[in-house]
Formats: sequence, structure tokens, C-alpha cells
Amino acid sequence: MSGHPTYQPQSAFMRWMERRLPIGGLIYSSFVVYPTPRNLNYWWTFGGILAFMLGVQIVTGVVLAMHYTPQVDFAFDSVERIMRDVNYGWLLRYLHATGASMFFLAAYIHMFRGMYYGSYKDPREVLWILGVILLLLMIMTGFMGYVLPWGQMSFWAATVITNLFSAIPLVGEPIVTWLWGGYAVGNPTLNRFYSLHYLLPFVIVGVVVLHIWALHVAGQNNPTGVEPKSEEDTVAFTPYATIKDSFLLAVFCILFAWFVFYIPNFLLAPDNYIPANPAVTPTHIVPEWYYLPFYAILRAIPNKLFGVMALGASILILAFLPWLDTSKVRSARYRPLYRQFFWVFVIVCVGLGWLGGKPPEGNYVLIARIFTVYYFAFFLVILPVLGKVERTKPLPNSISESVLREGKPIGAQAPPPAGAKA
Amino acid sequence: MTVARTILALAVSLAALGAPALAQEHEAPAPPMNKWSFAGPFGKYDRAQLQRGLKVYREVCQVCHGLKLVAFRTLADPGGPGFTIAQATAIAAEYQVKGEPDDQGEVKDRPGRLADVFPTPFPNDQAARARYNAVPPDLSVMAKARGYERGFPRWVGDIFTQYQEQGVDYLTALLHGYKDAPPPGVTLPPGNFYNEYFPGHAIAMPPPLSDKRVDYTDGAPMTVEQYAKDISAFLMWTAEPHLEARKRLGMQVFIFLIVLAGLLYFTKKKVWHEVELHPEKLKPPPPSEYPRA
Repeated sequence: MSGHPTYQPQSAFMRWMERRLPIGGLIYSSFVVYPTPRNLNYWWTFGGILAFMLGVQIVTGVVLAMHYTPQVDFAFDSVERIMRDVNYGWLLRYLHATGASMFFLAAYIHMFRGMYYGSYKDPREVLWILGVILLLLMIMTGFMGYVLPWGQMSFWAATVITNLFSAIPLVGEPIVTWLWGGYAVGNPTLNRFYSLHYLLPFVIVGVVVLHIWALHVAGQNNPTGVEPKSEEDTVAFTPYATIKDSFLLAVFCILFAWFVFYIPNFLLAPDNYIPANPAVTPTHIVPEWYYLPFYAILRAIPNKLFGVMALGASILILAFLPWLDTSKVRSARYRPLYRQFFWVFVIVCVGLGWLGGKPPEGNYVLIARIFTVYYFAFFLVILPVLGKVERTKPLPNSISESVLREGKPIGAQAPPPAGAKA
Repeated sequence: MTVARTILALAVSLAALGAPALAQEHEAPAPPMNKWSFAGPFGKYDRAQLQRGLKVYREVCQVCHGLKLVAFRTLADPGGPGFTIAQATAIAAEYQVKGEPDDQGEVKDRPGRLADVFPTPFPNDQAARARYNAVPPDLSVMAKARGYERGFPRWVGDIFTQYQEQGVDYLTALLHGYKDAPPPGVTLPPGNFYNEYFPGHAIAMPPPLSDKRVDYTDGAPMTVEQYAKDISAFLMWTAEPHLEARKRLGMQVFIFLIVLAGLLYFTKKKVWHEVELHPEKLKPPPPSEYPRA
């Protein structure tokens, strides 16, 4: 990330600045001339989309915080005041609430892309682990944000999730009391969740900087999984990646706007428009859709302690992925067996999401258990063994060769903009 | 590979196992879907319907239910029932609200003003329970606080059809879902009524509507069906007072984004076109810049 030799400051001010703080050179080397593999497909645009969503959440969140009251008697009504009386308050709140869903959607696509193309392998292990840390931070931030409107689901989600810690032997109960700041979820809980919900996004920003730094040290992976070897294999970040990212970001915003303006309550539980009431438990306590796979794993295990451990393990296991996958070949394009197990894994994750929204009874529990076994077996059995036994397809010598061999013109693999007419 | 295919087939058949369990979940029938003027991307409230709904609220519902998030001034806001400021002021003045302490420190009731909210009919939950044997919930956001399970695959279709009216459809169905007597074999707790659409069917609210109970002067039919629709539409407005502004701005944002995406697509094609035809014209950074040459 040192100053780039080819950066020539254009103005007197930038020349003055460059000798004191070479920020122009940093931006130039990171986002202008930075070489990016020429064969990146549209799945590689979700990193930029995530950065955009983080910005949206912070900007809307800061303004919402100006009007929100973190007090159990006023929190619900203050959110409704935002919806009714703050100028464009309804827009801010719907952007923020729907934005959380879009953020997770983009993050999950980003992660599945990394898994499909082996983007976590040497030398990108730290890059991947920073991503897992970002996911953890997002989960915590999203959960605490969901508690703030202080509706029925807010209150009971806070109760159920904090109660998970009570499964820890000996110290479980004191930890839960400490988390609550009392003997039940109450005003101190709401206050600390608000404080942390404001803090954590800036921690996320910090880790994102590290994530991008690590990316720019190791360089981007690409659909072949073969490192760029010559100038022919790469194009400059600007304009090539910039314009491609911008186009898909605009398409993503169309999807985002569809939800915000036309079906803003599609992703929100009706129960959360009922003010929190500790005396009435909702019939089904269901978390937001983006937590459902983890929730299904938690409930698939009959023992509370082991269920909580499985829940934690299902996220932490991702951090060990670079070492659990023993294959030397990165991209699933050249791994015929892995590719199939990967798609089954995707279906299992979506299936767990579906099961997380169902009551834990009858066949649902049985299916959730089988899917949970596959989830962990994928990491602990399939990936380590597959690397040893799989016969991979021959790798292309270079990115350029792969692009030419496929008979497509270089750099043109744009799928039709499916969302553009939505 | 067959291993993975087998696992996939197994997963799909397992998912099918879950389907019967899904069907058993609903004991209440799904509320019928009504046509609403405010549905869809160009949806707008029907002013006359909102005014009729307010009339039903004032003559029937407000005996037990409050609207504590709705200020009288909003009755004259654009995108609402379309009252004039004078009309809204007159409506507010018909209510007695708790006043401010006077010089002697005494608090007296005074007529409502535009800035006041619809008063809640009871001072606290205990008072309500003592009188009604239950707490009638505030109706301000009721149209969004109720709904029903749409089930697969309908919920996927809802994304495209923009179906956001579960709440009002449920309220409408609930209001004319009363049965004079529970079906044989069902006993209700004392003081409860049988309602087809209420979860568990035993509802503490007595049937609130009957034909000709509220006088309509605009020729709309004075039936339970019509009352139910009008009050539900009115409650949709109290829950979502900026719905019209939201949908209008949405269309503008949409047109902007589609044009932007189109321009970006063709710009992208042009930028990448040069790479396709003249790879030698590329000016890649010097080899030292490659992260891993």
C-alpha cells in the first residue's frame, strides 16, 4: 500500500499534499491502476455492494439515532414518531430496516462466491478470516438493532438469544444477568444494545479497511483460481472494475428500492408492530430471515448446551475453512466433485433457513437434524477427504488462455441484466 | 457424481415430508383477499372510504379502542382522508382531552386541538380490564400488527405482486367472521365469542358491527361487509399515513435507477469493448505492480 510511482499529482495543492500525506497516491494505487483479473464475473461485484450497504446503514442509522429514544416506555412510540412526523422518516426507517436484509443477502452471496471459487485458499486465509469476523460483527449488530424498536419480537428475540448464554455451566446465569443489567430484559438491556448498535458499525468499518488491505496485498482471486501471470491477465481497476461494479450496484439498488418503496413490511414480522409486553409470549418467536439457518441448527440439537455450541460452531467453523479444504485447486470449475457437494451445501443452507422459520416439531426436527449433520460434515469430512481423492480437471496455464479457450471474447461474459426491468 | 445426486434427492424428498405438517398448522381459514385502492405500485387511498372509516371508528370502535399515535392534524394531511383544516379542527374540538395545569395547578379536561391525538378511552390497562375483562388494543398500527401465514409458494409470489395487505384483509375478515354459535363440540370460555378468523376462535370482543348501525350519507351500502372494509382501510391509513408519498417517490426512484442502470450497462459495454477488440491498447500497470507475478 505504499505510494504508487505512477501517480502524478495534477494540481499544486495535490503536489503539496502528496509530500505530506500521500493519500492521492494511495487512492490511485488502490482504486485506479490496481490490477484486477480480467475474467472476473458479476459475482465479484458484491464486495463493492457490501461497502455501499454499510455506508447506507451508517448514514440512515446516524439520522435515525437523532430521533430515536432508547427508553422502554418511549422506544416504540419514538419509532412511530419517526415514521409519521420526521421529514422522510418513513424512508429512513424502511431503508435501514430493509437495508439490513439487503446487507446480509449481499454478504451471503459474497461468501458463497468465495467458497465456490476457493477464494479463501493460500494466500488469502487472513482475508477470509477477516470476512468471518465481519459476519460475526454483522450478526451482533443486526440482532441489537432489531431489539431497538421494542416491539414484541424485539423483546422476545432479546430474551431468547441472551438466554442462550445460560446454557454455559456454572457461570451461565450470572453472565445472563450481567448481559441484561438486571434480572430480566429491561431498560438497561435496551440502553446497552443501543450503545453497542451505534458502536459496532464503526468497528465493522475498521475491519473492512483491514479486509480491503488484505485483499490488495494478496490480490483478487478469479473464476479460474489461477493467479495472474502477465499483463494480459489483468485490467486496471478503473475504469474496468469500477464501471462493472457500478452497473451491478445500480441493479442491486433496483431490488433494494422494490422492497423499500413497495413491500417495506414484507421482511418485518407483524408482531413487531405490537409494543413489547413481558407478560405475553408470541406463539412463534422467529428471528429475521438471515439468522434462520443458525436458528435451525440451534433447535435441531435436543440439548440446550450442545445446541448453543453447535450454533457457535456453525459460524466459527468457517474460520477454519482454509485448512479444512485440502485441495490444491481453488476454483470449483476444475473440481467436478466439489462443485456438486457445494451446491448441495447451498441447498442445505437455504433448507435450514426454511426450517428455522418452522415450529420445531415432527418431521421438521428430523430434517433439520439431517441438514445440520450435512452442514458440519461438509466442513469436517467432505472437504478434507475430497482434497485427497478428487481427480481435478487440468488448469489453464493462464487467465488469458482460459478466456480464449472458452471461445468468448476477452472480458465479455456479462449475463443479461435480469433485474434491470424489475 | 451419483453420491451428491443421491444426497440431493434425499434432501428434496425430506423437504416434501415437511409439507403435510405445514397444512395442519392452519386451523383458521385464510382471510379472503379484497381489492384495495391503495394496493399496488400506484395505490392511493380512497378519500371517501377513509372518511367513512373514520365515521365507523368514531361511532363504534372508539368506545373501547384508542388511536394514541394519530394526531387530529393528520386528518388534513395530504394523502389522508382529505379533510380541510377547519374540518379537522372541528373534529378535534368534539373530543375532551386532558388539559395542562392551570395557575392553581389543577388539571382540567379541555376540547381537543389539532396537535392532540385521539384520546384513549380508559386511563390504564387495569381500568380497561376491570370494565371489559380484557385490554382492547390501541388501533394506531393495527393494520400492520396483524397478518396471517401466507405459506409457500404464495409468499414468493407476494414479492412480485407487492401484496402487503395481509393486515387489512385479516381485519376485514375478522369483523364479519363472527358466528352466532360455535360449531358443535366447541365450548367457549365465558364472555368470549366465536370468530372464524381469530386464532383460537375465542375472541373477547363482541361482534361490533351490524347492518345499518352507522349512517352513511354518500350512498355507500350500510352493511357489515362495507363497514368492515371502510374501517380496515381507515386503519391502514392510520398505520401507514405516508403510503401515497412512499409509492409516488418509489416510482420516481425506480425510473431513475432503471435509466441509470441502462446507461451504466452501455457504458460498461463500451469500456470493455475496447479490451475485447484491442487487447494491445490496454495500458496495464508495470509488472512490479502484480501482487503475485
